[in-house]
Amino acid sequence: MSTVRVWRERRQRLLNEVAQCKGCGKMHYPPRQVCDGCRGREFETKPMAQSGKVLTYTVIRVAPPAFAQDVPYVVAVIEMDDTTRLTAQVADVAPEEMKMGMKVRLEFRKIRSEGRTGVIVYAHKAVPA
Amino acid sequence: MRDVAIIGIGMTRFGELWEISLRDLMVEACLKAIADAGVDHVDSMYVGCMSSGLFVEQEHLASLASDFLGLGPIPATRVESACASGGLAVRSAFIEVASGLSDIVLAMGVEKMTDLAGDACTAALATAADQDYESFHGVTFPGLYAMIARAHMERYGTTSEQLAATAVKNHANGALNPLAQFRNRITIADVLDSIMVADPLHILDCSPVSDGAAAAILCPLDLAKKIAKKAPVRIAGVGHATDSLALYRRADLTRLPAVERSAQIALQMAKRKPADLHLAEVHDCFTIAEVCVIEELSLVPRGQGGDAARSGLTARDGRSPVNTSGGLKSKGHPVGATGVAQIHEVVTQLRGEAGERQVRNARIGLTQNMGGSGGSSVVHVLEAI
Amino acid sequence: MKNAVGIVGYGAYIPRYRIKTSEVARAWGWDAEAYRKGLGIQEKSVAARDQDCITLAVEAARRAIRRGGTDPAKIGAIYIGSESHPYAVKPSGTVVSEAIGTTRWIHTADLEFACKAGTEAMYLCSRLIEAGAAECALAIGSDTAQGAPGDPLEFATAAGAAAFIFGREGVVATMDASLSYTSDTPDFWRREEERFPRHGGRFTGEPGYFHHTMTAARRLLEQTGLKVGDFAHAIFHQPNGKFPVRAGQMLGFSKEQCRAGLLSPRIGNVYSGSSPLGLCAVLDAAKPGQKIFMVSYGSGAGSDGFVFTVTDRINEVRGRAPTVEEILSQPTVHLDYTRYARFRSKIAREED
Repeated sequence: MSTVRVWRERRQRLLNEVAQCKGCGKMHYPPRQVCDGCRGREFETKPMAQSGKVLTYTVIRVAPPAFAQDVPYVVAVIEMDDTTRLTAQVADVAPEEMKMGMKVRLEFRKIRSEGRTGVIVYAHKAVPA
Repeated sequence: MRDVAIIGIGMTRFGELWEISLRDLMVEACLKAIADAGVDHVDSMYVGCMSSGLFVEQEHLASLASDFLGLGPIPATRVESACASGGLAVRSAFIEVASGLSDIVLAMGVEKMTDLAGDACTAALATAADQDYESFHGVTFPGLYAMIARAHMERYGTTSEQLAATAVKNHANGALNPLAQFRNRITIADVLDSIMVADPLHILDCSPVSDGAAAAILCPLDLAKKIAKKAPVRIAGVGHATDSLALYRRADLTRLPAVERSAQIALQMAKRKPADLHLAEVHDCFTIAEVCVIEELSLVPRGQGGDAARSGLTARDGRSPVNTSGGLKSKGHPVGATGVAQIHEVVTQLRGEAGERQVRNARIGLTQNMGGSGGSSVVHVLEAI
Repeated sequence: MKNAVGIVGYGAYIPRYRIKTSEVARAWGWDAEAYRKGLGIQEKSVAARDQDCITLAVEAARRAIRRGGTDPAKIGAIYIGSESHPYAVKPSGTVVSEAIGTTRWIHTADLEFACKAGTEAMYLCSRLIEAGAAECALAIGSDTAQGAPGDPLEFATAAGAAAFIFGREGVVATMDASLSYTSDTPDFWRREEERFPRHGGRFTGEPGYFHHTMTAARRLLEQTGLKVGDFAHAIFHQPNGKFPVRAGQMLGFSKEQCRAGLLSPRIGNVYSGSSPLGLCAVLDAAKPGQKIFMVSYGSGAGSDGFVFTVTDRINEVRGRAPTVEEILSQPTVHLDYTRYARFRSKIAREED
């Protein structure tokens, strides 16, 4: 994974920065230049809400190489309290404990690294609130 | 716009074709289509392929194909829309013929996936998702569709057994398809006992990793009537739509708006309704995908796609046959080839050449080819003349 | 007359995973009850595969910022002490600074001094504020400590982080005195390219822990002119459940004075986070006006000593972030040794 690409998205990864459309109020994560709600071009950047809920989830049991050591792990589509949507892993939960609509908050975690020698990539995972 | 017809089709077997290279797959499918059409030249060609660069480290595919096919210095174009690349190749060929720019245009789809071992293959396929905001977190393709499945189960009560029945139906069809990757029949218990890939999807809910290519020759309908060796099939309608690439941005996680829209456009152009269709080839990359797609095509009411296979509605001899070829599940899913292989099946059916798979009195068929988790969809409506 | 330097905000983070002393003993065929009694540790906290010194530090720092009501833009320095920094070259502080939203005009350095690297950070932060070189400075002790498989160190090496913002405005505990005592005592070390530390067994006791802790503690009392009875709370480094209790006794502190800051029986030895987490637990319980006595220990060896006085403001800020008791009362997940070994990469699938 290109370290430059990861670094470029650091405000989204490390600070959970979202862009709220000044026209229609839609939340965009990651921030973008054209709102897909109203085609507006003006946004306000801010950190996303701290808590939210699970809209849907799955348990990954066959994983790509970077995540092979982590199976089984939970991945979910999450809606934060400010309507921001994102995809994230859900940590600190056993697969059988997962429930639709579960309340979560975001916590800083290691997402992956390129083996023992590569750069470590950090972002956020959801944890039960 | 001129009326466009398909006058030739060709396809390799789909499967783990260790001995056959990417370029040989392309050549085999295209030569078959050219022979089937009985043409001696082609004006232009389109190649649909998702990830030859990652799978076999080869780009510049269209030139490679026209070179190795000996087609001369014709324009050759690679198109890509993840798993909808094949359908997009057909649509692109349609536009070139319909516009009057070219007369005989070859549309081909190909993918050579098995040179990469499992993990690396999964990573290549993940490029159809949002790399930085989905794949980044370790969600795989089965994972994305698994999340759709869970949402569908939660809202509509769809069950794992219903999903399994979809795979069972498709294998029953594929068993009768000499070109299919898997020709074994399976049972619901087989599916539910198979290893879980991403809850709730088992490995037998998932289409396989495959190699293969499929091709079609398009020309104006008027010309087809003069030169075609076999009964031409008219492309009555074409629809193409896109939606948010990432699953998480969609308002309703049980819906595939790109599919609904592309189907509406195609059917409107064809001046047909869903009830007019005699058969459909849809994009069952995972069993849940077929369930959702037939709802978007209005073949069943919303939320009721789950029971379509089990009730026999979508069986070969049902009221609304879906995936008589075996679908992606049983026929195989060389990603870029699939869209054209769907065309191959419908044309075969409309010509009355489907043998044991034949749908009686098949005159109107639909193909639906989807990219990623629903970020793009290409639909064709075909009619026998 | 400037305000006194002290702690403006504090935050703790302890992972949810545990492994019992008895389970580690079972894995190696040792006498579980003997070890549990001998060490005085029931279970220890374990970092998951997706946690490291940096992730724990970020969460603790965010909690400290919430408590202090601090504007991250005012933080002029970040010092992180750990024996498990994820990189040998590239400071943990760079990631932490971006994740908590400081400006780029900060000074950061990674510190190591075995288990006292966290209090080293505290020492440096307080000096920086005293010198007027920064408005606020962030000190973090964070560790995901490792013991070699089959080394009894595995009973104790734990994970956690504590963060303190030092400043002069809005202080919840003034720092009235501090000192540092250092010698070259090779009781426990880890060479540059090695994954696990080595140690001198019983040599870590008297010549290591007790000599440095007691020497620093006695000097701190002399320096301040205070007596043991003047303190409501005493905190020591906690390599197991026994040493800190004995240190307190030797100095004349009562069990009650040492109670709030003693966490090792429940979470093991959090290394650079050990006495700092003890301080967080004490601040959670302390009343305005109470004095706190704190002496850390780091092998190699050395001790840092501090005296704090709690201010009225502690009651205002305490509830803004989870207390140590609240963190410890969340549901925990107990690991068997296999899962523990996978979490800590002691066994792993072959990678390409």
